[in-house]
Amino acid sequence: MAEAVDYKIIGERPVRPDGVDKVTGRAQYGADLSLPNTLIGSVLRSPHAHARIKSIDVTAALSMQGVYAAITSEDFASPDGEVGGEAAGSASDLAKNVMATDKVLYHGHAVAAIAASTKEIADLALDAIVVEYDVLEPVLDIDEAMKDTAPLLDPDCYTQNLPEKAEKPSNIASVMQLSGGNLEEGFAAADIIVEGEYNIPMAHQGYIEPHACTATVNEAGQATVWCCTQGHFEFRSMTAALLGMNIADLKFIASEIGGGFGGKTVVYLEPVAVLLSKIAGRPVKMTMSREEVFRATGPTSGTHCKVKVGAKKDGTLTAASAWLAYEAGAFAGAPMGPGAMCIFAPYKLENFFVEAFDVLVNKPKVAAYRAPGAPQSAHAMEIALDDLARELEMDPIDLRLKNAVQEGDQATYGPKFPRIGFKECLEAAKNHPNYKTALEEGTGRGVSAGFWFNVGMQSSAEVHVNENGTVTLVEGNPDIGGSRASMCIMASETLGIEYESIRAMIGDTESTGFSNVTGGSRTTFATGMAVVQACEDIIAQCKARAAVTWGVDEDQVEWQDGQAIPAPGVNADVKPLSLADIASQAHKTGGPLLGRASLNAQGPGPSFAVNICDLKVDQETGKVDVTAFTAIQDAGKAIHPDYVEGQMQGGTSQGLGWALNEEYIFDANGVMENAGFLDYRIPVASDLPMIDCHIVEVPNPTHPFGVRGVGETPIVTPLAAAANAVRDATGVRINDLPLSPPKILEALDGND
Amino acid sequence: MGGYTYVAPATVADALTILSEHKNNGTRAQVLAGGTDLLVQMRSGDNAGRAIVDIKNIKESNNLVFGETETFIGAAISSAVLNESEKLKELFPGLLEAADLIGSTQIQGRATIAGNLCNASPAGDTIPALIANSGVCVISGPSGERQMAVEEFVTGVGTNALSSEEFVLGLRLPNPALRTSDAYLRFIPRTEMDIAVAGAGVSLSLSEDGTCIAARVAIGAVAPTALLVEDAAEAIVGSKLDEGALSKASEACSGAASPISDKRGTAEYRRKVVGVLCKRAAVIARDRALS
Repeated sequence: MAEAVDYKIIGERPVRPDGVDKVTGRAQYGADLSLPNTLIGSVLRSPHAHARIKSIDVTAALSMQGVYAAITSEDFASPDGEVGGEAAGSASDLAKNVMATDKVLYHGHAVAAIAASTKEIADLALDAIVVEYDVLEPVLDIDEAMKDTAPLLDPDCYTQNLPEKAEKPSNIASVMQLSGGNLEEGFAAADIIVEGEYNIPMAHQGYIEPHACTATVNEAGQATVWCCTQGHFEFRSMTAALLGMNIADLKFIASEIGGGFGGKTVVYLEPVAVLLSKIAGRPVKMTMSREEVFRATGPTSGTHCKVKVGAKKDGTLTAASAWLAYEAGAFAGAPMGPGAMCIFAPYKLENFFVEAFDVLVNKPKVAAYRAPGAPQSAHAMEIALDDLARELEMDPIDLRLKNAVQEGDQATYGPKFPRIGFKECLEAAKNHPNYKTALEEGTGRGVSAGFWFNVGMQSSAEVHVNENGTVTLVEGNPDIGGSRASMCIMASETLGIEYESIRAMIGDTESTGFSNVTGGSRTTFATGMAVVQACEDIIAQCKARAAVTWGVDEDQVEWQDGQAIPAPGVNADVKPLSLADIASQAHKTGGPLLGRASLNAQGPGPSFAVNICDLKVDQETGKVDVTAFTAIQDAGKAIHPDYVEGQMQGGTSQGLGWALNEEYIFDANGVMENAGFLDYRIPVASDLPMIDCHIVEVPNPTHPFGVRGVGETPIVTPLAAAANAVRDATGVRINDLPLSPPKILEALDGND
Repeated sequence: MGGYTYVAPATVADALTILSEHKNNGTRAQVLAGGTDLLVQMRSGDNAGRAIVDIKNIKESNNLVFGETETFIGAAISSAVLNESEKLKELFPGLLEAADLIGSTQIQGRATIAGNLCNASPAGDTIPALIANSGVCVISGPSGERQMAVEEFVTGVGTNALSSEEFVLGLRLPNPALRTSDAYLRFIPRTEMDIAVAGAGVSLSLSEDGTCIAARVAIGAVAPTALLVEDAAEAIVGSKLDEGALSKASEACSGAASPISDKRGTAEYRRKVVGVLCKRAAVIARDRALS
């Protein structure tokens, strides 16, 4: 299915429907809404990384002219259970992260909030809030945090998932293990064993648009919230839980979004703004500064990983083990699970053992970031494989081809693989001109591979046919990467009408059915599936209307090229009816045409990627110059190749930034020293070459057009690709990131 | 936050009167040229009220004068305007490259070399380039004009030799002699939009046979102020910039540096890199002097 199909528009690159408003500045982002009488909300943040809150006194702030509301954690509900979809976690932890209760657990942790008539008054009012702290020793290092002797962030935290119930509290929130076969026998069968230990610091998603929202609550307690989010339905659930509100009293409207990458799947400001508005009786707008974004949102886990891999002389892997420690930040929930499940996923491996740890440290609570957890563990494994290839004097792509999983193989994380395209990606890499081009003097080349599951989850879509046959699509997933265009293409292909006749809109929580976040690389797959089904619903209705018009049975009508025609063999002397024909007469045949679908999408297709990275290292300064980069990935089917390439190039850019320069730098007290884009160095455009993309298309049989998710896999691979290229260029292996100039120069000089 | 007032006097005399009035009243006044540092500082911490005295309406501050022996660059001329002057690029290519490294294209439409100097950041890119070119500040004050070598002007991190009644009117640069040119290089981990981890400016003169007969070497971002490194200049004078001479100059720069370790780089790293930059800048300056 879905193979060698001659599509009309799938795979074309039409202009995105939301493009003009975005490039002309008309599009409305999170902070763009202005309502009359709006107050400005500001958050007081902890100056300590770890402290007990003895008291908070807001009376002086509240008495100031122009101050309308002041809140602390006492004004919030005390929720329990789990909230959220992709970013599901403890509601209690989420509440404590939004507003600290008894303790502050990182520098920048919210402790109180103010609504005032101006930003200036709000800031003065924050200064007038008196907080007494009992300062505690911060735990900033993951290895220290795991020791018995470490100060505890949460004295009630007992390690989950241990074989026996933990007796003492610990900063290790939970552990997980994956195993198969017999590790000892596997290593005993190896001719060669490589090992390594790898450290990666915390990194931020780096979305350009800071978190922003406006909330207004009426006298009946009904709230409307405008915000930039990856999932307004889940923001609604979280806000309702944190405030003890009825979901029916909350309406969330998603603005356009200036990047999220997983970081906008959890609430920070929204419940605060609702509460402030409820008290003040006026709309409240909140916008984070870049500094707040760095100190109190995102990031992803810093990690400490150890990997050991054994192989035969011919490159066949015999065993592998991994020890993976992930920083959770202030509350449990590091992505060590996916990290553990992804690390060996690309390879056929009978004997393996993975142990992973979710570790509390006095740093911001981590949030999802593109393939959460996978880049860190893949970095370790793909470096180990590079070392292995060098020792075996084997081509690194051949080594991976020798061990690559394919359809029917048992994945190390559990299931048997359905149809996948890993080998196709490796073959494409091997045959790519980038790989065949000889390296210039002083340049190094690195290869790496990666995997991500992708998810399905819940989506809804409606198709409204206008009276002239044009179509309005309504769905519930904020468009981060061109999904409106992809939805319109899939609707156009299914209905058989022009792409330009279709408009897509993102409905608010009261205008369309529930939809999980835009995340997990699921939107084109799952919401796309809902759009296709809603279009099929329309087609069925159109066939019925044509049957009525022609006086034939419904099964005597077919839909072809955007029109109803008599089925072969049906003897009816009629003209085909286009969607426009049927729509224009709809009032005579049963009323408006409205198609809909809602689903919990099953069968997301795993996506594999391979990278080739060429770079130069300045031997005297340690600076890296990436000279060529090729990203190869199985997209299943690229609905709109521009936006598949956009995901591949974007993920690569973020991965290279993480590899080369990005890192959270904390001082001894746990204060982030580089909370701005000047010193938290995401790449600028001139830092990177044009990233060449090669889309492999091995269709996912469960999607009508073969789509696999593509958004996350691209960041899994660049970390190791860059590290392996630096090794190739310099002869020195550096296991830790970032590969910043001082680190490289130190390694080079140490090598002399 | 207190109040701001903004004035844009049209003459040097008016500007000086305003500055003196504020001094006598005990109120704060601050001179604005491009404002690319000042406005940022006002928005991120130092937001106390003051009078902003804009010098962009003063004729002399906008003068670009190519004299027979020297060039005068008015303090209010933006880097973008300077970089459009082919003549200036020919005379001081290294200085203009330094100006071109500061900020984005949009920022360069406002930013000025004199402002970069007065802001007195240890990492200011144009300062080593000015020192290498024997730049002199022309300072207007109540008792007339005074002149001061750029290397003496910056007194510490964020401080300079101006009294509260003075402002920099412009910069004088001696025109380069025959077979003389300059270069400035800085190191940043990215390609742009960053602040120097280390910087080095070199100006040198060659004899007909390519021997270096005069040189000035200045380094930035590796000490509280940019430094003139005379030992580095001595190391290359008399040589044809062979590897030995360049190494000596490089070592002199590393030795003169007294950097700190911070989020932008370790002291050890900065010391090494400033030497590398000195060597590379010297070679560029030589090639320019020969061409």
